[in-house]
Parts: sequence; C-alpha cells; structure tokens
Amino acid sequence: MTNVLALSAVSKTFTMHLQGGLRLPVVAGVEFAVQRGQCVVLAGPSGTGKSSILKMIFGTYRCDSGSILVDRDGDIVDVASAEPRQILALRRAALGYVSQFLRAIPRVAAIDVVAEPLVTAGVPRDNARQRAGDLLSWLNIPERLWSLPPATFSGGEQQRVNIARGFLSDLPVLLLDEPTASLDAGNRAVVVDLVAEKKRRGAAIVAIVHDDDVRTAIADTVIDVTRFAAAA
Amino acid sequence: MTQPDTDQPLLVAEGLSKWYGRQLGCRDASFALYEGEVIAVVGESGSGKTTLLQLLSSQLEPSAGRVLYRMRDGSTPDLAALGEAERRFLFRTDWGYVHQDPAAGLRMNVSAGANVGERLMAVGWQHYGRIRHSASDWLTRVEIDPARIDEAPWSYSGGMRQRLQIARNLVSRPRLVFMDEPTGGLDVSVQARLLDLLRGLVADLSLAAVIVTHDLAVARLLSHRIIVMKDGEMVESGLSDQVLDDPREAYTQLLVSSILPP
Repeated sequence: MTNVLALSAVSKTFTMHLQGGLRLPVVAGVEFAVQRGQCVVLAGPSGTGKSSILKMIFGTYRCDSGSILVDRDGDIVDVASAEPRQILALRRAALGYVSQFLRAIPRVAAIDVVAEPLVTAGVPRDNARQRAGDLLSWLNIPERLWSLPPATFSGGEQQRVNIARGFLSDLPVLLLDEPTASLDAGNRAVVVDLVAEKKRRGAAIVAIVHDDDVRTAIADTVIDVTRFAAAA
Repeated sequence: MTQPDTDQPLLVAEGLSKWYGRQLGCRDASFALYEGEVIAVVGESGSGKTTLLQLLSSQLEPSAGRVLYRMRDGSTPDLAALGEAERRFLFRTDWGYVHQDPAAGLRMNVSAGANVGERLMAVGWQHYGRIRHSASDWLTRVEIDPARIDEAPWSYSGGMRQRLQIARNLVSRPRLVFMDEPTGGLDVSVQARLLDLLRGLVADLSLAAVIVTHDLAVARLLSHRIIVMKDGEMVESGLSDQVLDDPREAYTQLLVSSILPP
C-alpha cells in the first residue's frame, strides 16, 4: 500500500453542553486515502466540515468513530485512538499543518517561528534559521522583517510566515487550510510552486482551497465534502 | 534537542486523593508524566489544582493513592516510602518548584548570585569562581543584567524576582519542575516576557513540568497536555489544543467559552 494517510468511517458531532446538550453533527462516514506525492483537495461550501476533517487528521479535534491511519516510515499510527504523546510524536515526525491563521507568540521573531519545527526535530538552530530565511525570501518576506515578531505583520505576511513554517520540514503528510486566502497573485503562484515541490518529494497533501486557479494547479483529486454530510 | 529515549514515565500518580478533615481537596487523580513533557493543570480557585501539585511534589501526604518517581538510577520508588532526607535530596537535585510569589521561593536578603549558587552548592559544587560564573551565566539566560548579581532580590522588580526564582530552580539541571501560577500577579507585558523565556528554557532543557495555572492562554503556550480540574476531580484531560479547541465536558466548555478575546 502506498497510502500515507487513510481515513475510514470517520464521524464527528459536537455536543454543546452550554446550549442544553445541543448536538451539531459535522461529518459522518468520511472515507478517503492519500498516496505519496498526491494532493487531495477538499471542496464544498463553508460549514460542511472541511476544516474539521483537517483538524481530526492533526488530532486537534477528536473523532467519535472511525480510524485515521498515518504511515510513518512503515509504522502505522491511528490518530483517532492514539495517546496524546503518540500524536505529539507523530506531529514532529510526520504531520505538518498550515492553519488559516498564524497563532503569534509574543516576542518570538518571525524567523524563529518558521525555524521552530525544525529545531524541535533536532536540526541545529543556525542551520534551521538559514533554511527558514531562504524560504521566507522565496515567499517575498523582506529580510528586515525576519527579526520582528509577526503579531504586527499584515494578514498576507502572517499567512506567508505560517506557510513557511509548515513547508520548512519535509514531513510525509501536509495539511493546508486555505493557505492562499489572503495572498496576491504573485505569492499564490509561489505557494503553487511550493506544493508542486512537496509533491515531487513524496509528500501526501490534503488541502482546502477556494481559489479555482490554485485548486486546478495543485489538485490530483477533488473530494466533495458534502457527500460526508451528517444527518442532523 | 533530542527526544527522551525512554518509554517509561518519569512520574506516575495513582488514585491520589486528599481530604482536609471532611473537606475534599482532590479525589482519585491518576496520570503519567514523561520526560520532556509539560502538563498544565487548569481550573478555578478551589478546584484542587494546588493540592494536586503539592501531592505530586510530596509536600502533602495523600489520604489515598501514591506517586511513583523514576530516579536517575532507574528505580521507581513510591515517594511516600522515601525517607525525609532522600526526599529533600530529590528536591534539591532533581526537582524545581516555582512559587507564584517569588518571595516564597527566594531568600530575599541574600544576593541574587547566592540565591542561584546555593542550589549548586547543594549538589556538591565547591569552587567559588565556578559557582559565581554559572550564577552569572544563568542571570543572563533569564535576562537579568549580571552586573546586579550582588544585589538582593528585594531590590528587584516583580518580573525580575520571578525570573531569578526560575534561574535558581533550573541552575542545577532538574529533570522535573513544578510551577504554581508562575505568571500570576505580573503585568501582561512582564508576563509575556516570562512566558517566552519559560517556553524556550523548557524546550532547550527538555524539562518535564507540571504547571498549575488558571490562565488558559498560558496553558496553551506552555503545555503539551492539559488536565482540567473541578471540585477536586480531574474532569477532562488530553492534548492541549484538543482540550481547548474541542472541549468535551460541560465544565471545560464553560471555561473555554468564558475567555474574553483580546
């Protein structure tokens, strides 16, 4: 099997205890697999559970049922049932995630925000910062901004810092939640190139992209998430 | 930074309970902490957070349950079975304890250098020059001007005192640090600096830590896992982002939804 990631019978319902136990079904019967070097784009209107699926793969949201298997060099981990420390280890070794918004940390310089996952994975800090700088340049973040905390950056700049952070390490699975939403055409093209490069290197990618051009450029398969709509 | 190679937990709490007379402090707390792992214990005042911290660090005797700790030699004694001298030795060498009030964790009338150096002497350092050098080095690491090494902490600001307390705790390279509201009572800008500092140190030293805080932002920033306590019981635990972004229990949902966005 060349599947790096495989979801099977995954379902998710939120129970809102503060609203009298209101149940909000999000998705049910989610079923798809991603192979090495393949990019799967999740499509569908807002509120159909695309981001929730990404968050379940990353382990931020719990699954009510089903399995999410990630192949980490032949070692298969089921995120849906893994212990917290297994998920943390999996994130370090196998799961990259570019969220919609950068969660800025006070006082930490942009270049260190980008380099952090590499440093955590054991790459020497100087080396990690060098690679972070190269990627920030490629994403058109001027060098004078690298030493500043990104909290004061524009939306597009923050998003590019976030992209650089997610793309810096070579992880087998990469999850992208609207990575180009606040970017201009030039920077969108850079992201398309970065995704193509990741695919060549064998990454399995799951992406949410609303921009038609970007989607056409990166998707090998488009999955309509409305088919996983949970019955209310 | 390398990942700890052992799969054995550093500390295991089993069914820890504490009653103060008929008043429940903490009931049936069980979890395992691994090397390099940071657990935040959150909950409101009176939820049993501090009781749990004191039980874990054997400052309180449990009414039921036990705490197992993996010593450097690989043995895993029940902390209650250790003698007082052995426990004190553990406290001075392998553990740190950061109090909310720095005055509780520092000696306020002796110099900053002595506050830090004392921990090194406790683990057998004797050479004055090396102790002073190491103390000065640690002051720099916690962003205190080493020129102020001979001043006593009463002349320091609140934020500096807290950073000094952290230096005093970490200088002897403990494997496990307990922190009770380490950022409580500080101005937000001072807090941000301290948090960033703690975050870096915990990662660089691959420290295991149990941090009690009522501040969920602090928990998100510093911890890998979160334990939510209410009325003396653990109501929910899990990955930090999971507990905060997909809270399962009614009480956790209330806590998370009670935060005012900045």
